[in-house]
Amino acid sequence: MVNDRSRDIGEFVPAPDDDMIICRCEEITKGEIRSAVHDGMYTLTDIRRFLRTGMGLCQGQTCAKLVKGIVSRELGVSPADLEPATARAPMRPIEMKVMANDLNEEVAKHE
Amino acid sequence: MKRYDLIVVGAGPAGLSASIEAAKRGLKVVVFDENSKPGGQLFKQIHKFFGSKEHKAKIRGFKIGEELLLDAAEAGVEVVLNAIVIGLFEEKEVTVKIEDKIYHFKADSVIIATGASENMVTFDGWTLPGVIGAGAAQTMMNLHGIMPGKKILMLGSGNVGLVVSYQLLQAGCEVVAICDASPRVGGYGVHASKVARCGVPFYMSNTIIKAEGTECVTGVTIGEVDSTWKIIPGTEKHFDVDTICLAVGLSPMSQLANMAGCDMEDNPKKAGLVPIVDEYGETSVAGIFAAGDVSGIEEASSAMIEGRITGIAVAYRLGFIDKQELEDKAKELEVALLSLRQGMFAPENRGKKIDKTEEGCDISENLLKKGYIAEEEIVRFPGFTRSNGTHPVIECTQNIPCNPCQDACSKKCIKIGDNITSLPSIDETKICSGCGQCVASCSGQAIFLVNEEYEVGYASITMPYEFLPLPIIGDKGVALDRSGHEVCEAEVVSIKTAPVFDKTNLLTIKVPIEMVDKARFFSAKADHRNEVKNGK
Repeated sequence: MVNDRSRDIGEFVPAPDDDMIICRCEEITKGEIRSAVHDGMYTLTDIRRFLRTGMGLCQGQTCAKLVKGIVSRELGVSPADLEPATARAPMRPIEMKVMANDLNEEVAKHE
Repeated sequence: MKRYDLIVVGAGPAGLSASIEAAKRGLKVVVFDENSKPGGQLFKQIHKFFGSKEHKAKIRGFKIGEELLLDAAEAGVEVVLNAIVIGLFEEKEVTVKIEDKIYHFKADSVIIATGASENMVTFDGWTLPGVIGAGAAQTMMNLHGIMPGKKILMLGSGNVGLVVSYQLLQAGCEVVAICDASPRVGGYGVHASKVARCGVPFYMSNTIIKAEGTECVTGVTIGEVDSTWKIIPGTEKHFDVDTICLAVGLSPMSQLANMAGCDMEDNPKKAGLVPIVDEYGETSVAGIFAAGDVSGIEEASSAMIEGRITGIAVAYRLGFIDKQELEDKAKELEVALLSLRQGMFAPENRGKKIDKTEEGCDISENLLKKGYIAEEEIVRFPGFTRSNGTHPVIECTQNIPCNPCQDACSKKCIKIGDNITSLPSIDETKICSGCGQCVASCSGQAIFLVNEEYEVGYASITMPYEFLPLPIIGDKGVALDRSGHEVCEAEVVSIKTAPVFDKTNLLTIKVPIEMVDKARFFSAKADHRNEVKNGK
C-alpha cells in the first residue's frame, strides 16, 4: 500500500539539488517536497495541501508530473502507483469577481 | 441553463472532427475552447502530414485546420472561443467561463477533447528565461511570427523535437545541437535526416547538465549519460545559446475526465493518466466520451479519426442514427485508424528497439545514433537504385504509415503496395519522367531525383527545398552531405515551384559525378555551416 504511513522509507538525506525550484508558480523546491514525504505526506493530495505545489497560476500544468516523479522516487514506488491528485472545479484559475458574478445572477433570479 | 445535444470541450483536431460528424447527423452541437483561435495545435503545424489520402497525407497541418473549420461551419457547429470549461458535474452539467461570467450548460452527451500539455525536465537553471517548451517555440514562430531565439539547443529527438528544430531552421534560427538522453533518435528517421543534412549535430545519450546565465540563458552544458542516466565525468560540452527548447513528451490533459468521475488508468503506453474508454471513445460514465490526445498521446491524424468515431457514436447513443450506420462508419474509420497505428512507431512498439524492417533490411544504425543514414547503409534499401537518366532515389528506411509517393508518380515508378507501412521501392521497368511530383509529395522530404548523366563528369540532384530566400539558377554554393558537411562545390541548375508542390520547391544542383551518392543538400553560404558545426 503506497500511502501506508507505517512503512519505513528511511531518513531524509539532503541532496545537492534540494534548492532547485520544482513548482514555479508557488516556488516550492525539490528539497521541500522530499522532506514533506518524510514528514508523512505520502499522497499527491497531501503534498499539494501541505506545500501548495500545483496550486498556482498554471494549476500544475508544469510541475504535476515532476512532483509525482520526486514523490514516487522518495517512496520507492512507480509513479503509476501514486493516486492522481484530486481534480476539481475550477479547472483553470478564475478570478473571485467572476465567481461572484455567477452568484449575483442566482440571487437576482430569486429576488 | 442552455441545453445542447452535445457539448465538446476543445476545438482541436479531435473535438472539431467529432462535432462535425455529430452536427452532420442533426445534433445540436457546441464546442468550447479556451483559446482565442480554434484548431488546437493544428495551426502551428506548417509541415506536411504523413499517412494516406484518407488521413489527409501531404497536406500541411494548418490547411487541415482550415478545412475542419469550414466543415464545422457548414455542419452548423457552434464554436465558442475564449470559453474556459472549469467544471464537469453530474447530469453532464458543464460550467464555462465566458468573458467575466460563469455560464452553466447541459447536454445529453459530452466529448472531452482537451488534448495534452508539454512535459518539462529539471536541471540547474531550468527556470531561467530562455528555457521554453518546443510547443511554445512553435507558437511564437508559426502563429505570431516571432523568432524564439537566435541560437538554440533542442532537448528531445522525438517527432516534436525534430519537426520544431526544422521549423526553427526555416525561421532563420541556428540550431546548435539536438540532444536526447535516449541512445536512439525517437522520432521518424526522415524528420531527423532533413535536420541533420542542414548541419545540426545529434548528441544521443546526452542530457542538459546546466543552463547558464543569471538574468537569462546565455549558454548550456550537456553531458553524456551512462546506462543509469548519470552523467559520465569528462563528457561535458558547452554551447553558447540564448534559448533552450524542451521537447520531452506530452501528457494527456485528463483532469476534466477525472473530475467527472470517469475510471482512469495511468498507462505509460498512453503517456500518462487517461480515462478508460471503449472502442467508441465512451468512458465509464455513460454519455461522457473522450477523443484525441486526452485519451492517449498520438498524432493529430489519429486524433481526427478518433474524434469522428466518437461523434458518430454520440449520434447513435442519442438516437439520431441507427446501429447499422454506426457500425458501418465506425468499421471504416477503425481500418483507417489501425493503419496509422502500424509500423515501427506504433504505440505498442514504444520504447522497443527494432533491428530489421518488415522487408528484412537491417535498420540504419547511423540514423538512430546520428540522425542520418550512412552512405554505405543507404544502398541496402529498396528505394535506392541506379539507372540511366533521371530516376528517384528514396531514402525512406523505416516502416511508417505513409504512401503519398506511390500515388504521386504518374509513371508508376514507385511502389508501396497495399501495406501502407512498406518501404517504397522502385519499379525499374518504368521510366521516370523527372516531373518531381514524388519529391514534393514526400512529407518526410526523403525523395531525390538523381541523374548521373547530366553532363560529362557531372550529375544533377533534385531535392525538396523549403527555405527562403530561394536560390536562383546559376547560384554557386556548396553541396552538403547527409550529415550537413560540405562535400563539394555545387551550382543551382533549376528551381521549380508549382501550386501542386504546395511550397516544397524542387532545387536541382549540379555536382561532380563522384559526389552523386553524397550530396543531399545545398547551402549558398559556405561559412555559416562551419559555424554551426563548431558550436560557436
